[in-house]
Amino acid sequence: MKAKIYVTLKRGVLDPQGKAIRASLSHLGIDGVEDVRVGKFMEITLKEIGAEEARRRLDEACRRLLANTVIEEYRIEIGGQG
Amino acid sequence: MKTAVLVFPGSNCDHDAYHALKHVVGIDAEFVWHKRSSLEGFDAVVIPGGFTYGDYLRTGAMAKLSPVMGAVRRFAEGGGPVIGICNGFQILLEAGLLPGAMIVNDSLRFVCDYVHLRAGTDRTPFTRGIPEGTILKIPVAHYQGNYYADEETLSSLEERGQVVFRYCDPHGNVTRESNPNGSARNIAGICNEAGNVLGMMPHPERCAEEAMGSADGRRLFDAMVAWLGERTA
Repeated sequence: MKAKIYVTLKRGVLDPQGKAIRASLSHLGIDGVEDVRVGKFMEITLKEIGAEEARRRLDEACRRLLANTVIEEYRIEIGGQG
Repeated sequence: MKTAVLVFPGSNCDHDAYHALKHVVGIDAEFVWHKRSSLEGFDAVVIPGGFTYGDYLRTGAMAKLSPVMGAVRRFAEGGGPVIGICNGFQILLEAGLLPGAMIVNDSLRFVCDYVHLRAGTDRTPFTRGIPEGTILKIPVAHYQGNYYADEETLSSLEERGQVVFRYCDPHGNVTRESNPNGSARNIAGICNEAGNVLGMMPHPERCAEEAMGSADGRRLFDAMVAWLGERTA
């Protein structure tokens, strides 16, 4: 089974990369972009352990390694098209 | 009196730290591979700078899981002096031995330069005899040295005397211009509540001799030796 994990900086934590990208988009003439937040996307392949168990394990993985909850938040998506 | 210099895959300031301790300060030092799970026989621990595990995921995120970090935790809990320099500081943050986290420099540039630091407390083993307000000239070299903690944590650090160094100008004024990376409240180094674990982005091991442009870094290691001498006396 597949899972997707999105890790992003918390609101309120300055994202210098996001700011620089927003400025670059503006230089390209792509207007109307109010904010850009840069994060990480991870695609995880798991054994068939059931959605609930997968979520439990990945939540632990996020808390202990994949995200630093001092500065980041995370979202887990289980299943969907691999 | 023996100091452990930890070595992880990607450490690159380990030899500088070893040189400063062994050949400049003149105390016994030994490299300790990160797979080791004991620090028995050591009196102090240096976690040197570098790019452990290629900074994968986050700086220090992989290294915090190395077996030696369990030993560092026990060593720190026992009151032993631990200094994490640059990537070593990042590892201590990731391991939760110090509060807060690092994000990329606000300039989005790698900064490699001499900076000035204003000492904030002499209660750590590495700043014993370096009174508050002392100005030190020590170089930084990092891309992710922008110290972040929430407001509550920052205030608590200040109230409990855990801010050990702040970036300042050559006269000791803590200004926005003298902050090389955007760190909250110009923080360059902090210690734990007990004071025995210090993390700092600047590199004292790179400026322990006058030939390096400054010998101010040596003062931290001299302080450590004096502190250890007092403790065993």
